[in-house]
Amino acid sequence: MKTLKGAATPLIAIIIAFTVGGLLMFIQGANPLTAYQSLFYNAFTTSDGIAKSLGKATPLMISGLAVTVGIRAGLFNIGAQGQLIAGALASAWAGYRFTDLPFIIHLPLALLIGILFGSLVGAIAGLLKAYRGVHEVITTIMLNSIVLQLAEYLSNGPLKEEGSIIARTPAIEESAVIPDLFGLPLGFFLGIALAAIVWWIFKNTTTGFSFETVGRNKSAAWYSGISVKKITVAAMLVSGGLAGLGGAIESLGVIGRFEPAFNAGLGFDGITIALLARANPLGVIPGAILFGGMRGAGPNMQFDAGVSPDIVDLILALVLFFVTAPLIARWFKLRNTEQRSVTSGWGN
Amino acid sequence: MRKLTSKSSLLTYIVIIIIAFFYSRDSLVTTSVAGSALLFGLPLAMAAMVGILSERTGVVNIGIEGTLLFSAFLGFFIGALSKNLIFGILGALIGGMMMTLLLALLAVNWKMDQIIAGTIINILAAGLTSFFYKQGYALPSILPRWEVPFLSKIPFIGPVFFTHGPLTYIGLILIIALWVGLFHTVWGLRSRAVGEHPSSADSAGVSVVRLRYINLAIAGAFGGLTGAYLTLELVGSFDRGFSAGKGFTALALMIFGRWNPIGALGAAIFFGTAQAVANQLMITGVVNIPQPFINMLPYILTIVVLAISAGKVRPPAAAGAPYEKEKS
Amino acid sequence: MSALLEISNLTKAFPGVVANNNISLHVNAGEILGLLGENGAGKSTLVKAVFGLLTPDTGVILIDGQAIEYGDTLGVISRGVGMVHQHFQLVPVMTVAENIVLGDEPKKFGLIDRKSAKAEVLRLSEKYGLEVDPDARIEDLPVGMQQRVEILKALRKDVRLLILDEPTAVLTPQETDELLDVMKNLASQGVGIILITHKLREVMAVADRVVVLRNGNVVGSASPRDTDEAGLAQMMVGRSVVLEVLKSKAKPKDVVLSIRSLEVLDDRKMPAVKGIDLEVRSGEILGIAGVEGNGQRELVEAIAGMRNRVGGQVLVDGKPTKNLHPRSVRSAGISHIPEDREKHGLVATYSIADNLVLNQFNQPPFAKGWIRDLEKVDEIAKELVEKFDVRTPSYANLANSLSGGNKQKVVVARELSQTLQVLIAAQPTRGVDVGSIEFIHNQLISARDNGAAVLLVSAELDEILSLSDRVAVIYGGKIVAIIDAEGADRNYIGRLMAGLKA
Repeated sequence: MKTLKGAATPLIAIIIAFTVGGLLMFIQGANPLTAYQSLFYNAFTTSDGIAKSLGKATPLMISGLAVTVGIRAGLFNIGAQGQLIAGALASAWAGYRFTDLPFIIHLPLALLIGILFGSLVGAIAGLLKAYRGVHEVITTIMLNSIVLQLAEYLSNGPLKEEGSIIARTPAIEESAVIPDLFGLPLGFFLGIALAAIVWWIFKNTTTGFSFETVGRNKSAAWYSGISVKKITVAAMLVSGGLAGLGGAIESLGVIGRFEPAFNAGLGFDGITIALLARANPLGVIPGAILFGGMRGAGPNMQFDAGVSPDIVDLILALVLFFVTAPLIARWFKLRNTEQRSVTSGWGN
Repeated sequence: MRKLTSKSSLLTYIVIIIIAFFYSRDSLVTTSVAGSALLFGLPLAMAAMVGILSERTGVVNIGIEGTLLFSAFLGFFIGALSKNLIFGILGALIGGMMMTLLLALLAVNWKMDQIIAGTIINILAAGLTSFFYKQGYALPSILPRWEVPFLSKIPFIGPVFFTHGPLTYIGLILIIALWVGLFHTVWGLRSRAVGEHPSSADSAGVSVVRLRYINLAIAGAFGGLTGAYLTLELVGSFDRGFSAGKGFTALALMIFGRWNPIGALGAAIFFGTAQAVANQLMITGVVNIPQPFINMLPYILTIVVLAISAGKVRPPAAAGAPYEKEKS
Repeated sequence: MSALLEISNLTKAFPGVVANNNISLHVNAGEILGLLGENGAGKSTLVKAVFGLLTPDTGVILIDGQAIEYGDTLGVISRGVGMVHQHFQLVPVMTVAENIVLGDEPKKFGLIDRKSAKAEVLRLSEKYGLEVDPDARIEDLPVGMQQRVEILKALRKDVRLLILDEPTAVLTPQETDELLDVMKNLASQGVGIILITHKLREVMAVADRVVVLRNGNVVGSASPRDTDEAGLAQMMVGRSVVLEVLKSKAKPKDVVLSIRSLEVLDDRKMPAVKGIDLEVRSGEILGIAGVEGNGQRELVEAIAGMRNRVGGQVLVDGKPTKNLHPRSVRSAGISHIPEDREKHGLVATYSIADNLVLNQFNQPPFAKGWIRDLEKVDEIAKELVEKFDVRTPSYANLANSLSGGNKQKVVVARELSQTLQVLIAAQPTRGVDVGSIEFIHNQLISARDNGAAVLLVSAELDEILSLSDRVAVIYGGKIVAIIDAEGADRNYIGRLMAGLKA
């Protein structure tokens, strides 16, 4: 019952966003019903489509989890994008650089390196927040741009594939490719497992409880003996690590190398997904599947209904708008409107 | 304040001496480097004004990127469809104001978390502009350059400052006007009071909500002007993701310039110069500094400045907090 | 002739509290009215209504016999009312002159005329004998000077009624004396003044009349000529909740908590606790009596490890506790019922059960290593909710669904459920209904009887006297006397609290 109520706002937000999106297609002279039919048919009914949707959903799910962990601890990690790129590039490097490693070592190693680099980027923001009082939103925005530039330089310079015209790394070794399981990408199951683990940690462990307490009331956390500074750093480490893993899975499971153009926006979709799920780790799963499906099958809409796949971006933006603006609760007189305030301006 | 003035005038002298030194060695190259420094720096400075105006009056604005993107989009397509650049400029202004007024609605009226509100602006602008984007449109022309009579003939100063398109002049003038406005007019005094300590402005009879709206609208106009400059004067085209992170760089320049229009302009020119010098050095093959490292500079410096001077570089005190009147 | 200000039957309620209950009073021109009361008595609410910052629920406010429009600050200002707020309404980064002219600035060619703003400030400052530097930045000025700016700002518009909300709370004694002289001077020029304070000396020194508020009600009024400070002190701390606390005689044993020459700063980095020595024995309650703002809060927070101790030590069983480390202070055996339960005591969006284990969520039996034992949490929650009579349908409900009294019971239950060596109770019954007060009092007594050393801080003298075994009186950050509670003379304590040599 409680979860049903909690899901009301996101569901209504999705419905409104799709309706508005449909109207816009209509104005453009396309048939929104055909378009949506094509979208859902291609995303969720054919086995190829499902595999593709879930493949796309995986990095989204994990970056959504990354943002969720931050929000739970009172941090708005706008930098998921940068951490994700760091992880994607580092793991791709590990994926092509180490040769002759057995699969059983190579893949975990590459994933781990992705996590490590994501954490590293996140930790910078966490340390500056905890010990210098610099707002994490500012540092992560800046870090996003820094990492992006660095990745562009590396993938177009020292790590560039020989003979390639575009900026990209060499393809990863076979031993670092994330394999499929029952025709579905293995990474997807890993993502689901992670969501469940994060959910379980918040529900059942003292660490989760500490994160949560800092997120909800820093003064009370301090009073009751929790080290707010350590938790802040830890939360950014975990959040960054998850985002890095999301990037690693994108590189090792979806693209097979690092190519800057491909990762654009994954971290920002993660923000939307986390807010849509109202920072519930399990809620991230359906959100990511929906977004992944839309991202994967977006191009089909163009083919079937003549609608630009960019409508997906617009619908996702509308979802974000309707799920965070206090409109739906007002219109539908929902009582359950607990809106977490995740930030508090530049102060503190 | 006096200390600051003497520091900045010292800085000015040093800059003049450096320029004079290079000018005496190679006047042509020095002039062209200084010219492109202004070219690179000015749009960033104008974009930083969006943030300065918003935050000086107490609304955190991380939606500059979206504001630029949407205004450039509207400016380009209205200009292209109407084949009239004036309409294009108007379109860009309206586009910019639409975004900042949306921010005002979310942050001031609905008292939403201002960071999330800014994120919405960015994501919404990206969505709108990529969906409505159509290929194959072109502007009739770009805004013409106008060489200011007499002034453009002054050596060095003339070609650097007085041979640009109209929006360059307008932008430069407005940045200075904003500085005068913020620090020497009634409006500026009240705006800053609202951004620093809204309850004292309120108790002096200044309407916090009204002023925040007005200033966000003006901020939007600055964003619109920047968008118009980029698409109608500098580049002459539009593409998805056209703003390319300039809004985030502007955020960095705003902080680096300590929320002061002249400070941000100075910072923008500094980064513009870094870029121009690097380009020049690469052309002549003296050294090879990859472009990404030049682009990174403002972001790295912002983090370093904030980390070192935590507590000293301080934003307007009330930025980020919705104003609640009736507190017991 | 009608009075300058006349308030009749004014009532204002906030969710959960009636801040002003049917209040009537008046002020004449040239008169200084002292509005006396403890924090939370409703003084600020009352004057905010007068100044148009709040809209009262019922009641009438007349200036010169004409009703004011509620919520219309500008209208009230234009009718000659000025207010010096408790929290300064000054923009810290701006200059004195800028702050004074804000809202009605002199202009020249569309720009601010800084010259004439400065001239006006100098003129004002001369007229009222309040010296200020118009070019100084507010944040660079000492508080006393900042307050002058506030007063000048208020006086700028030919003010006839000046409201001063706790003006001396932040001032040094010298600054206070200067301010009192300024007030007398203004009154002699015909300005009516409302002085809000809880400091008795001040009203005795300047007020023509005194009105005492307590829990939102007017509980008395007097002329300083006809009363003394002890009489006012009694009125202020009142006897409205006289609760007989049944307790046996204390059987104090060894010293458990000792505080040695403790020095602590307040939020403004000014000394608040100036070298306090205290010893609390197992099995006794030591009450700290004092008018609020004399260092109690800082003392408590320093003991709890939440505020930096700049000098001295806090020892439990002879072992020093760590500074600025609430966790190690807790594990040294100090429990703490915090003064601000909303900020520190509770996580509003947590369940009652989670709040009940907030101080030991990561210790057995509530956690086995890394994993929380939620069953054990539920068990103890069920038990404590029952034992401490927390009125709620379920311990799974959120803490912010509870009333103030029940929230406090949750905090008390949590702090007392830990193995107790030392209990610091700060304002344990503030904002709590009468029934819960009694319950909480009995819990404190039984904690004492079970061998805890209890340090009680309260603004309510009655609470201190009825619960404590010994009473330490704090004034100006120092303990001025320690006496046995039994047979203590209220008047004597009142005089000590007022800073008088007994």
